[in-house]
Amino acid sequence: MKLDSKIPEGNLEQKWSNYKSSIALVNPSNKRNLEVIVVGAGLAGASAAASLAELGYKVKVFCFQDSPRRAHSIAAQGGINAAKNYQNDGDSTYRLFYDTVKGGDYRAREANVYRLAEVSVNIIDQCVAQGVPLAREYGGMLSNRSFGGTQVQRTFYAAGQTGQQLLLGAYSGLQRQVGLGTIEMLSRHEMLEVVIIDGKARGIIARDLVTGKLERHFGHAVVLCTGGYGNVFYLSTNAMGCNVTAAWKAHKRGALFGNPCFTQIHPTCIPVSGDHQSKLTLMSESLRNDGRIWVPKNKEDMRKANEIPEEDRDYYLERRYPAFGNLVPRDVASRATKERCDAGFGVGTSKMAVFLDFKTAIERYGHNQAVKLGISNPSDIQLKEFGKKAIEEKYGNLFEMYEQITGENPYEVAMRIYPAVHYTMGGLWVDYNLMTTVPGLYCLGEANFSDHGANRLGASALMQGLADGYFILPYTIGAYLSKEISVKAISTEHESFVAAERNVQEQINKLFAIKGTKPVDYFHKKLGKTMWQKCGMARNHKGLNEAIKEIREMREEFWKDVRIPGSKDELNQELEKAMRVADFLELGELMCVDALNREESCGGHFREESQTEDGEALRKDDDFSYVSAWENKGDGKYELHKEELIFDVVHPSARSYK
Amino acid sequence: MAINMNLTLKVWRQKNTKSEGQLVSYPVSDISPDMSFLEMFDVLNNQLINKGEEPIAFDHDCREGICGSCSMFINGQPHGPKKGVTTCQLHMRSFKNNDTIVVEPFRAAAFPVIKDLTVDRSAFDRIISKGGFISINTGNAKDANNIPIPKLDADMAFEAAACIGCGACVATCKNSSAMLFVSAKISQFALLPQGQVERKSRAKNMVAQMDEEGFGNCSNTGACEIECPKEISLENIARMNREFFIGNIK
Amino acid sequence: MSSTSTNFLQSSLGKKLVMGVTGIFLISFLVVHATLNSFIFFNDGGVLFNEGAEFMSHNPVIRIMEIVLFIGIIIHIVQALILTIQNNKARPIKYAINNGGSNSKWYSRSMGLLGTLLLLFLIIHLKHFWVVSRFTNEITSGEETLFGEMKEVFESPLLVIVYVLGVISLGYHLLHGFQSAFQTLGLNHPKYTPIIKAFGFWFSIIISVVFASMPISIYLGWIK
Repeated sequence: MKLDSKIPEGNLEQKWSNYKSSIALVNPSNKRNLEVIVVGAGLAGASAAASLAELGYKVKVFCFQDSPRRAHSIAAQGGINAAKNYQNDGDSTYRLFYDTVKGGDYRAREANVYRLAEVSVNIIDQCVAQGVPLAREYGGMLSNRSFGGTQVQRTFYAAGQTGQQLLLGAYSGLQRQVGLGTIEMLSRHEMLEVVIIDGKARGIIARDLVTGKLERHFGHAVVLCTGGYGNVFYLSTNAMGCNVTAAWKAHKRGALFGNPCFTQIHPTCIPVSGDHQSKLTLMSESLRNDGRIWVPKNKEDMRKANEIPEEDRDYYLERRYPAFGNLVPRDVASRATKERCDAGFGVGTSKMAVFLDFKTAIERYGHNQAVKLGISNPSDIQLKEFGKKAIEEKYGNLFEMYEQITGENPYEVAMRIYPAVHYTMGGLWVDYNLMTTVPGLYCLGEANFSDHGANRLGASALMQGLADGYFILPYTIGAYLSKEISVKAISTEHESFVAAERNVQEQINKLFAIKGTKPVDYFHKKLGKTMWQKCGMARNHKGLNEAIKEIREMREEFWKDVRIPGSKDELNQELEKAMRVADFLELGELMCVDALNREESCGGHFREESQTEDGEALRKDDDFSYVSAWENKGDGKYELHKEELIFDVVHPSARSYK
Repeated sequence: MAINMNLTLKVWRQKNTKSEGQLVSYPVSDISPDMSFLEMFDVLNNQLINKGEEPIAFDHDCREGICGSCSMFINGQPHGPKKGVTTCQLHMRSFKNNDTIVVEPFRAAAFPVIKDLTVDRSAFDRIISKGGFISINTGNAKDANNIPIPKLDADMAFEAAACIGCGACVATCKNSSAMLFVSAKISQFALLPQGQVERKSRAKNMVAQMDEEGFGNCSNTGACEIECPKEISLENIARMNREFFIGNIK
Repeated sequence: MSSTSTNFLQSSLGKKLVMGVTGIFLISFLVVHATLNSFIFFNDGGVLFNEGAEFMSHNPVIRIMEIVLFIGIIIHIVQALILTIQNNKARPIKYAINNGGSNSKWYSRSMGLLGTLLLLFLIIHLKHFWVVSRFTNEITSGEETLFGEMKEVFESPLLVIVYVLGVISLGYHLLHGFQSAFQTLGLNHPKYTPIIKAFGFWFSIIISVVFASMPISIYLGWIK
């Protein structure tokens, strides 16, 4: 198989606009007869579905949640990037592009990233027009904040709920089309197989999660917008239902999987409190605008955070990376934190946490406010009150959430944080049109591998999801569908549909037939532990090989000993989990295989064998400047295809934030 | 260090929409006060699975209080006793050793029970599909800063837009009214210049759909505002009333 | 869209508006009623009060308003019945435990009950005074005055208790109803709503105290 990324010719700046105006179009009367299936209703799915329906296509949308408004995009906190340069601080499309390529440690496609930066400005316009209440300044203009890995302020936000507001915006567009009858929305439906006829994706098999019935759905094209697979680690900031199943089924039917080992570990999450923990909660990166990260200089320092004086604190990010300080990219911050904790400087009972402290910020804001109010001799109490107010306005909901979960008041006591799995840069390999290696099968948003390279910058996930859905797929899908206008809707009695459904049915029957002794969670937790320890923030040859072996054993045990209560003909959440975990148990192995293959450190992927003397990641451009695209050969065998990365504009250099 | 707790749970079990349900008692032991309410349910469910019984079905997803999936009616209150939180953010430190906790689904004719604690809230989606949007197609937008919006208006619109659609307002209302939910969306757009074009039809259409779904009528007890995990204000209902009356007069 | 054609008054919000408007109208009647009745506190043997009553029973505008008032009461009651039935249907299976006290006042949740008590009281009250004043010839012929009737009725301790209970129901009904009507009309504002609420609170209390003090003071012989 030869990988063709279909990147248009021409200057980087003109590629997208030239290509856009040359893509074949579909006449409106033909659009009415073309059916598109969209799986997933997060930012990418909802925006794509709404835009396609507006164009006139017949769209069916599937989501496993009870409503499309619940997709996990909703939990994104901090913001969305756009090269608007509203702050007049020198931002431009080029800079956003450059920051993203550099932030991704030169493992992303230039052309994709440039296009992303280009359309970023349209996203903000679209969202505001939809009534998304983004934060404003007193003059009525949009407000911006800083995010990691950049030196301009280009992040638009809605308090700590940007994802929620953007998703509800896209959801409103989706529901509008549902009301108009152009979209059929199928909630509580999970896609379990993709149907391929004559080499093209022509539909899916979905399970109605309420009745348990398997359904066949035809589409001229299938668009997967099913999010990331961070839950392979069991504990992550993903929602409980996030899964790889749709993407994995597509992979097993021929779609290559790109860079599966590229996982983003977010530096600021609430630490694990015990074995009961079911998920981890992120504290937005925006907190690093004002919070300072530190550990005690002395390992044995048992004093409370408040009692440790400045001279005994090690602000290790500011020390190691003076230029970016607390705002270094996520991968860098996470590794630095791990390094300190591994060296024994961690805080809290588990010693696996560091402080995120707002003391300085509270003082600074307090002083500003006192000056504003003309109070010349403010008391300490006044200063603290003013400062707390300012912090509350910016991060109130995050602070509240922290208090709910930990029972500690972060205005008084420094937050304790630790890195956690947050996002997966890897995903189905797609070309410039966002089509996978299966014709007619598209993949958008976090589910694809395309734009973030080996590390995603903060506030770029929302940008990519909406860029793909609103402004890229609606154009690029025309290149494919324009050639499908003569294809009549295929009957779901077609043998391929029947076979695909049988396949799913057999898997379900097999699961019920096991009648083992252990609940699904047992396997999921076990898998997560192995993945976290051996394919997490730091990876090495030995550990990865062990992990592969362990995962294979777990898989075997799972298929012998899992217990699924209830029946298949009803709402059965254990069955849903089991099917997802079964896929994680395969994906986990591929992630380790990929990590083993990539004998370099780049972005979120840190191979201990490949580091500089002072512990920084060492990239090996000569050997690994490619996208790993894995082909599933069945029976746990994978074949590597390489897409060489060519950098015409940005020249890869050692990424430095010092 | 807080000590682990032993509790008695009385949970609503119902096989499916058509069958009748009942409260069933389950003891749980060694519950850490640091657990979330749903993590305590995970423990119980794994206990049930190990005993060969069916686990309790309940909706949940993000477990960080924003997706709006979780929907338990705990000791007579939606999302339990703590103010301003969803069930998933309720932690066991809000309870005492040996407490009995009664957990029921959100109850309303418009929210039929699917199984155990899982209910069907698709009525909310249908209401949104009748007017909870601004009719703008992708690609039509002007530059975002062409519409200056006073910060106060933007902030108020945001506060209304913070609704997570969990349905606690309906669940707690003695009349199972959905007015807080509907009014939050109507308010968001009524407060913004972008929402003015469709202002009149929006309230009319959304209210009509709300009525069709079989929600009850508001009698202004204010319970919804108190129980709303996002603390959406009653002011929004008053604003909806205005929008609706104005829409009908003109 | 077909749903737009739904009749305004049949919509949930329309019904709510009718409850609010009739409620406010009835409240305005209470003010007139209480003011007029307070004439007995002049303690002039009911002279001024009887004059007032005389005026009220003969002025044509008032007679028309009386009809309007009855229509208002009937609409308020019928609408309340319809709403109660609908609201009951909106939750066919009740909660085993519903901790309403944690989020709202008991009287705001008991408007139907309070209203029913008020209706019962109203029937008794109308029979005592309105029927007597309009349809029996003792008063119309001038043999007996309304004031005299009052003194007669409130000789009975049982009736005084019934009246006081009726007035307490009224007080609680108003306590919720007053501010609720404003909310229904869409009048909710962070600055003014606290004022409306405070006004409603004191209004409910004063109206109730004024009404309750009449049977009590007549019974205790404070008013001659």
